[in-house]
Amino acid sequence: MANAIHPEEFGLSKPEPAQLAIETHDLNLWYGTFQALFDVDLMIKRGRITGLIGPSGCGKSTYLRTINRINERLGYVRTTGSIEVMGQNILAPEVELVQVRKQVGMVFQRPNPLPLSIRENVIFGYKIHEPEARRLTRNQRDEIVEKALREVLLWDTVKDRLDSPATALSLEEQQKLCIARLLPVKPSVLLMDEPCSALDPKGTEAVEELIWELRGEYTILIVTHNMAQARRASEECIFMLLGKVVEHSSTDDMFVTPKSQETADYIEGRYG
Amino acid sequence: MFEATEINMRHRRTEVLFRLLFGMMTILLILPVALILGILIYKGAPVLSLDFLLSEPTNGMTAGGIFPALVGTIWLVAVALIASLPVGVAAALYLSEYAPNNWLTRAINLAIINLAGVPSIVHALFGVGAFVLFFKFGTSILAASLTLAIMTLPVVIVSTREAMQAVPQAFREACWNMGATRWQTIRRVVLPNSISGILTGVILEVSRTVGETAPIMFTGAAFFLPFLPQSVFDQTMAMSLHLFVISTQVPNVPEGLPYGVALVLIAMVLSMNAISIAFRMYLRNKKKW
Repeated sequence: MANAIHPEEFGLSKPEPAQLAIETHDLNLWYGTFQALFDVDLMIKRGRITGLIGPSGCGKSTYLRTINRINERLGYVRTTGSIEVMGQNILAPEVELVQVRKQVGMVFQRPNPLPLSIRENVIFGYKIHEPEARRLTRNQRDEIVEKALREVLLWDTVKDRLDSPATALSLEEQQKLCIARLLPVKPSVLLMDEPCSALDPKGTEAVEELIWELRGEYTILIVTHNMAQARRASEECIFMLLGKVVEHSSTDDMFVTPKSQETADYIEGRYG
Repeated sequence: MFEATEINMRHRRTEVLFRLLFGMMTILLILPVALILGILIYKGAPVLSLDFLLSEPTNGMTAGGIFPALVGTIWLVAVALIASLPVGVAAALYLSEYAPNNWLTRAINLAIINLAGVPSIVHALFGVGAFVLFFKFGTSILAASLTLAIMTLPVVIVSTREAMQAVPQAFREACWNMGATRWQTIRRVVLPNSISGILTGVILEVSRTVGETAPIMFTGAAFFLPFLPQSVFDQTMAMSLHLFVISTQVPNVPEGLPYGVALVLIAMVLSMNAISIAFRMYLRNKKKW
């Protein structure tokens, strides 16, 4: 437990278990023989936006990808420690991966809408996870689609062309759609891996606004390379370096009074 | 300052030389094809008529038309297509979407590539042993078509797998990350986006069997049978065997006749290719990414 991070050290009160969305203890991860995460202990609060920052290769994306266990698909990944999502250990043998993926949605760097219509993209996850999807009337389905698109502030732009291909949308709209398609199955956690890095400044602003809007309803964990974005669009921030957590504090504290010299150097752009 | 020097001139001469050389090779390549088509059309076209296509051979196959052979070839190719499509697509789906990348998969892939190189006469003998004798289909359309199907399966699998691999991996990942199973991913994303490539590939590969002679001559094609087949258990005449027979086995065949048969045979293959290419272009234009 040499590297354990105790929230008290950073002036955060120790959160009650019920307030936590994600809790990892002694999380170690190896890609083959390369160790990418070292004893990562983190407590991520429900309904908050938590930013993960750090230089390339620091393990922030790796950490993100353990939370819905998509790292495992690589085959040569080994994980030890525990990952609890909404109070349950998702590494337990009886855990059904499909349920993990339903509870923990993921948004990627490049928007990846499916080659289907906008409507079909939004309802896709619902069709997979909800057995009653087959019995829904067209109206009920349209309601689900509308609700999700409204939540991501996309409804007004696309409501007249729900049947046109999703891949014809602008990148900003595609990324919003990729968020929208996670919502109908009511996930508790949304993981976002540099969700704005393929977007122009205007798109970035719009998606950041959206992420801010979703705060409270969902627990959002967002990896970003962009310091300004971490500062604007997160409530708590985690700074990682070489596979270890260096600092976890409220975003304001981290950017104004960082506890460690490494954090200070990084957020001021002395390395990156 | 900017004039060509001696070395520039030398490079330019080499350039011209190689361009000429490669160009001539290309023309050499096209020449036989053009010659074949030209001679076939020149000598075969006078024989062609609607009557030629729609009447039976008469006078010991030295006169009359090719109707039974034409219909027989369509039967053979259609049944072969029906047999190889589901098996080939299923195998390709497994290899493309499910199979882990290990030594067994690599061995299977190697086997498929090698199977494509097995001579057609070997397939023919296999067909006799397996379908005609062991499964007791007798010499029939079924036995001949299954032999053709086995022969085309390797190429069908390869072309189908290529069509599936052309669907970007990102779409699969997106599906899996939402919790979709392999099958859900295949049914909703992979197949809808590769079906055009799969169908055209399969049609293209199977259409090549139109001209095959060896695999069908022992398994289901008849020397002379002026009736149309009634079921897949009947024997039938076929264009390729008919051409072979009237060119080498029957005396006193008028010169134009084999050319006419060959022309129809080539037209069948080319038109199937054309349909397949047109189909592909149509579906490709509808693609959504």
